[in-house]
This record gives sequence, structure tokens and C-alpha cells, in this order.
Amino acid sequence: MTDRFNLPARLLHWTMATMILAMLLIGAAMVTSLADYHALVALHRPLGALILLLAVLRLANRWRHPPPPLPADLPAWQRIAAHGSHVALYGLMLALPLVGWGMLSAARYPIVLAGPVVLPPILPQSPMLAASLRHVHTGLAYALVAVFLAHLGAALMHALIRQDGVFASMAPWRSRR
Amino acid sequence: MTLLNDLTGAPPGMTGRSLLLRLSTLGAVVAGTAGGFAYAGGWLSPGLLTPARIVDRFEAVNGPHPGFRRNHAKGLCVAGRFAANGAGARLSKAALFAPGQVTPVLGRVALAGGQPYAADAETTVRSLALLFRQSDGEEWRTGMNNIPVFPVRTPEAFAAQLLAAKPDPATGKPDPARMAAFFADHPESARAAALIKARIVTGGFADSTFWSLNAFRFVAANGSVRPVRWAFVPERMATAETPARAGQADRNALFDTFAAQVRQNPQRWHLVVTLGRVEDPTADATQPWPPDREGVDVGTLSLTEVTPEAPHTCRDINFDPLVLPDGIAPSDDPLLSARSAAYAQSFTRRAGEAKAPSAVTGAPNPGAAL
Repeated sequence: MTDRFNLPARLLHWTMATMILAMLLIGAAMVTSLADYHALVALHRPLGALILLLAVLRLANRWRHPPPPLPADLPAWQRIAAHGSHVALYGLMLALPLVGWGMLSAARYPIVLAGPVVLPPILPQSPMLAASLRHVHTGLAYALVAVFLAHLGAALMHALIRQDGVFASMAPWRSRR
Repeated sequence: MTLLNDLTGAPPGMTGRSLLLRLSTLGAVVAGTAGGFAYAGGWLSPGLLTPARIVDRFEAVNGPHPGFRRNHAKGLCVAGRFAANGAGARLSKAALFAPGQVTPVLGRVALAGGQPYAADAETTVRSLALLFRQSDGEEWRTGMNNIPVFPVRTPEAFAAQLLAAKPDPATGKPDPARMAAFFADHPESARAAALIKARIVTGGFADSTFWSLNAFRFVAANGSVRPVRWAFVPERMATAETPARAGQADRNALFDTFAAQVRQNPQRWHLVVTLGRVEDPTADATQPWPPDREGVDVGTLSLTEVTPEAPHTCRDINFDPLVLPDGIAPSDDPLLSARSAAYAQSFTRRAGEAKAPSAVTGAPNPGAAL
């Protein structure tokens, strides 16, 4: 069973993949929309908080249950790219919600999740910091789009072309092999 | 095709045709996802009216004023409290309406327009923005004007009006032909402009009524939802004599008079909530509701302090009208989301800019006070 990610890892992966894809699309649409801005922001905040929470759970699970090893015949550059992109993915999954939370704190907005549920601020009020973090948030989001696309491309490469069991180790269904 | 097989790491048995098909599928999925982002981000719709383009238009019309709000640029900070009388508790479950509840309030009085150093004029639209801080961490922010209806119905009409009302450099006034063309295209704005022109312009901030302009919904503890509009109605008797009209040389006469009034006595307003009926328009801020609608006085706002804009005062607050506590919800008015979006854009821009002191110091001699 060591050739597959464990069930919590696979569940978290596919749930978060859907959420992160939705989040990136919501984020992109939100900043250019007038009519739907409020509805999208109201969705963006709680979804971001949930992604942060799940990312922490996921790292804990990964630490207790290390992922299966990459195929031995994988070229070195692909091995480095795989490790690097996973560090970037985890880093961005944690950093984007934290920067968002921080920028709302510095701008002195109440951080409303749903109904009367409000998160406490994590930074003191500072307009300059709020503006900087707002730009950092956008920059990191573009980076996450890029890493997301690279991850998607690499996953399809393993699934459709290399057929080396890497995709199967995370696939929601059991492989025929 | 063995070279391609080697390059891609495909198994030796995979035919060139199959490999190319699989590579194309991969490319199509990745490109399609990237295209989805581009579409969502508006890159495929260059003419789209966005929050950034609305704020760009303010900057184009008013010129650059770094650090200041792009609209309602000239203002003065206020603070005080809101004492609920309990009549609002049956309408909204927001904590600030509970009987006997006293909620700290900070706010800002301002003049409409993007010119932070313009001289006060009696007909300039006055605004009152408030932030109610509930003890549970929720907030209610609202930005109101001393006009009974809003001049436009949609964000697109707002952007068109900004352009039409841009002062002609030669005369310093809007080009009448362009305004006429705008009103011809937007008859609802022509009707609203007539109502706004017909309003009684009172002497100053303290005796002005400030209207919510947009409709909202009040959600009660029992789940009932009502369309509402509201107004802050002054206790002070309205006077027609304005300091500006009296020929004073003070360019900040409206603000300075108000500051002196607050220092003398707390200035009070009653929050009167108008209960709409199902047939009343909630998505059209240019239309007044019938005058016979029930109004409920839900409490008293007392403003006790005035402070010039400075770090950590009202200057650094975005009075986003959609920062609402549980118990107050947006209506279907398209202007609300657009205001929220444009305010956020204006806030991010000015937050990141160096700040210059406000023209308004709250003292009659701005030169001496600085």
C-alpha cells in the first residue's frame, strides 16, 4: 500500500484542488467585477480560511504518512522540479490566506466569515502595509496560477504519457495495474 | 518517434500517433484552464467597466491628489455613540438595535467630489459616513448623502455621468450639451436630478438629513426580512442661512462651523428606518419610495468629537457600505456591490500613497493651526 497516498491525503488533495481552482477563478473575477464583487468577496474570505485550515491538516498528515517515492527512472531535473513545485504549492497554500488575512487586518476591515462569525485581526492597522500586502496577494496568486498549471501539466504527463504510477498514487480511483 | 518517446518518457510501445494525441490532450487541458483564468480575470473583455476603470475616471476628472479619497476627498473625522431605543430590535437582529444598547461610533463628514482643497459651497453634496463598532467584533459601516435619491441607477450610468459632468476647462462648468445628452439617455437620472435640485439645502452639516440612498434588507431574529431605506434626521432645527452664503472668507466654513457646533454641544440625529413594501423598488436608487411608508425611529446618534484627518483616524477607514453586521443585508441594488468594489480600489490606491494634510483642521484659521 506504500505505492499510494493514504486516503486522507487523497481526499484532502482532490477537495483542495477543487477549492483552490475555484478560489483562483473567484479571485480573478472579483477584482474586475462590479456587479458580483460583493458576492464573490463574501465567498472568497471563508473559502480562504478553510483552505488555510485544510493546508495545515494536510501538512500534518504528510509528515505522519510520507508520500510514496518517485519512480527510480525519473530524470533528475524532473525530480528537482517535482520537489520544488510541491514546496511552492504548500508555501502558497499557506501564504495566500495568511497574506489575505493580514491585509484585511492592516486595512482595519472586520474579517467576516459567515453571519456573525468574525476572525480577529493578525496585524495592527497600517494603510501602507495594507496596500503592500494587497499587491503581494495578487503577485502570489499569479504565482499559484502558474504552479497550479505546471502541476496540472505534470500530472497529465505522468497519467497519459509516462504511465509510471505517479498519477495513480494520487488518483481518486484504484489503478487497474 | 523513438526520440519523442525518449524525450517525454513514454513507454517504447506507445505509437507516435497515440503519443501526439496524448500530448495534444495535455496541452488543450492546460491551455483551457489558463484561458479560464484569463476569461475570469477580464483579459478577454478589454472594454469591461471595472472598479479600477471607475477610479481611473475619477482621477482623470479630478486630477491627481495622492493620499486622498478619490471621491468625497475633503472631510473631517467625527466620533460619538449610537443609543438604541429598542424599536429596531423587532426589525433587525443586529446587536446595535437591542434596547438600551449604546454602540461607539466613528465617522466622517465630507463634501462630494474628488477635490480635497476645494472651497466649501452650500450646494455641494454633503456626506456622513459612520462606523458602528459592536462588542462582538462585527461592524456596520454606512456612507450617506444629504440628497433624497441617488443621481444614477447603475454603475455604467455612474461612469457615464462622471464623464458628462467633467468641468470644461474653458468655463469651469460641465458642458450643458453633454449633460443634456446624458439625461436623454438616462431619463431616470433626469427625474432624480430634479428631486435633488428641489431639496431644501440647509445651513450646514449639523442640520442636514443624510439618506442611505440605496435600499438594504433588515433581517429580524424571527427570520423575517424587510426591504428598508434609512435616514439620519437632525434634532437641530434647519436653518437656511449658510456661513458660505453669509460671505465669510473661510474656505472651510461648513466644516469649521460644524466643528464649533460639536465642541459646544453634542450634535444629534435620529436614525429613522423606512419600511418598504414588496412593490417598492429596491434596485433603483433614483426612485423615491412613496411618502406614506412607515418610518421607525430606532435610536439616536450623538456626535461629540471632531478631529482633523490624521493617521489611525477616519482617514484610514474605508466606509464600505457592505460592511454589515448580521441582521442587515444588501438589497438587489447593483450600485451597492459596485460601491463596495470601487471604494476598495480607491482605498488600496490611497493607502499606499504618501499623505498630505487635509485642508480641514476644524479650526477657523487653517493657516494658524498648521
